[in-house]
Amino acid sequence: MAEPMKIRATMEGDAANIKVLMNHVMETGQRKDAKTGQVVPAHFIQTVIAQMNGKPVLEAQWSQAVSKNPFLGFKVKGAKAGDKVNVSWVDNHGDKNSADAVVA
Amino acid sequence: MKKLLTALLGTVLLFGALAANATPEQDRKQLLDYYKNKFPNLKFNDYVNGALNFNPDALSQYFSIMEFPPYDSELDKGKKMWEAPFKNGKKYADCFPNGGKNMAGNYPYFDESLGKVVTYEMAINSCRKANGEGEFAYNDMHNMGTLTAYARSLSDGMKMNIRVEGPKALAAYEKGKEFFYQRRGQLNFACSTCHVQQVGNILRTEYLSPALGHAAHWPEFRGGDTVTTLQARYSQCIKNVRAQPFKEGGQEYNDLEYFHSFISNGLPMQTPVFRK
Amino acid sequence: MNSKRRTFLKTAGGASSIAIAAAAGLIKPTEVLAVEWNKAAFEAKGVPDALKAVGAAGAADSKDILIKAPDIAENGAVVPIEVTSKIAGTSAIMLMVEKNPSPLTANFDLAHGAEGYVSTRIKMGQTSNVRAVVKAGGRSYTAIKEVKVTIGGCGG
Repeated sequence: MAEPMKIRATMEGDAANIKVLMNHVMETGQRKDAKTGQVVPAHFIQTVIAQMNGKPVLEAQWSQAVSKNPFLGFKVKGAKAGDKVNVSWVDNHGDKNSADAVVA
Repeated sequence: MKKLLTALLGTVLLFGALAANATPEQDRKQLLDYYKNKFPNLKFNDYVNGALNFNPDALSQYFSIMEFPPYDSELDKGKKMWEAPFKNGKKYADCFPNGGKNMAGNYPYFDESLGKVVTYEMAINSCRKANGEGEFAYNDMHNMGTLTAYARSLSDGMKMNIRVEGPKALAAYEKGKEFFYQRRGQLNFACSTCHVQQVGNILRTEYLSPALGHAAHWPEFRGGDTVTTLQARYSQCIKNVRAQPFKEGGQEYNDLEYFHSFISNGLPMQTPVFRK
Repeated sequence: MNSKRRTFLKTAGGASSIAIAAAAGLIKPTEVLAVEWNKAAFEAKGVPDALKAVGAAGAADSKDILIKAPDIAENGAVVPIEVTSKIAGTSAIMLMVEKNPSPLTANFDLAHGAEGYVSTRIKMGQTSNVRAVVKAGGRSYTAIKEVKVTIGGCGG
């Protein structure tokens, strides 16, 4: 299934700069398989939640138009080194993935 | 007479050809001067960015994506391949000097005992064979491509350092150079047509990249997720000019890569990179 | 996007049973988090319908929304986009690609110190305006940037 996502979390001034690279095919449901000619069904991350020390800081809803192996960057003011970051996603099949990181 | 000769030489240089009796280092300097003349604002190390240098909008997208490239998990796969021991317990790192770090810039080199050019990919296969494993096909992007995308990255930052010493090495270098300047295919283009003569111009909506800097950044993830080795790219380019490609891992491409890499001596390597 | 959502984010301020249960350690915060995906908004064709579906019809043009996007996308499948909102109290940023079959591409709800900034990569089928919509203080604001998409030839 999905490979683990990678999270980079560093302090920049008084905000934590969080960068996430997820692994997901983000299939649009419009592409035809080159070999079979059949349409490949849509398979994409629909919701993402990012938490800082257990508090949700970002909740995202995505369409299949987000790129394959999605990248997400956001910033959290008032964070500090040592804070715990968690990012989780759920896709349209109900598959999930989650990863943790510590702000450097 | 001398003036005429110089003028003629100048004309020859204008068309980007290299004098037949020059040493490899003279060739390299001549090409460097040619490009410097065409692009006075480009710094030497910039050449690793290829055609992106001609398009700041594209270069900006490249840097943005390279911060955290989408092929990251493919690199992890390559790392696993590199670190997995062979059946006999040995590892790739045991085959290479310095555990495989900071040495890819020495390839290709001319092996006197074998009497031929040896590429990094051939060295990988020699390692596999010596340790009882099957060799990877040179056009097998799934294995050779993925493995070298990681393995070569252990030499990131290393300056290309190709040596051409001795008459046999020189002969192989000259073969590679000849290939580079040889017109081929229905379009009757040589590598040099696009990458020397027409460099910086646009062909079929794409800027043409200089040959200087080419060899420093392979394999590439083209279109984001399709790993492509340099020799696989040779085949693609040759097909683009409607010619029959040669075999990856064959002598033609090995000699070409020898020449092609030599002219990028001194440039810092980076593997892999993202290209559209 | 606020219709039919029941998330920890929304009830964070209130003394809901979920919040109390979480505070009491009876359930871990991650367990109650479930963002509902606004199907109607993601299936809306055309920008006016998409704006309506996310409750941002009549969004005012704003120069305080900065969209960093290429003039010409190198690869229409991987277009880097950054949106910075300088509007105080930004609580949500939405991305729409006007000419995509369904324009709404992403919605980001922000809270607990998250700044008005998101960065991501999107797919664009053709040259189109990329539209950012910002919700702040109960109102909506919007800005656009055109991104051209071409199909490359030999690739080099």
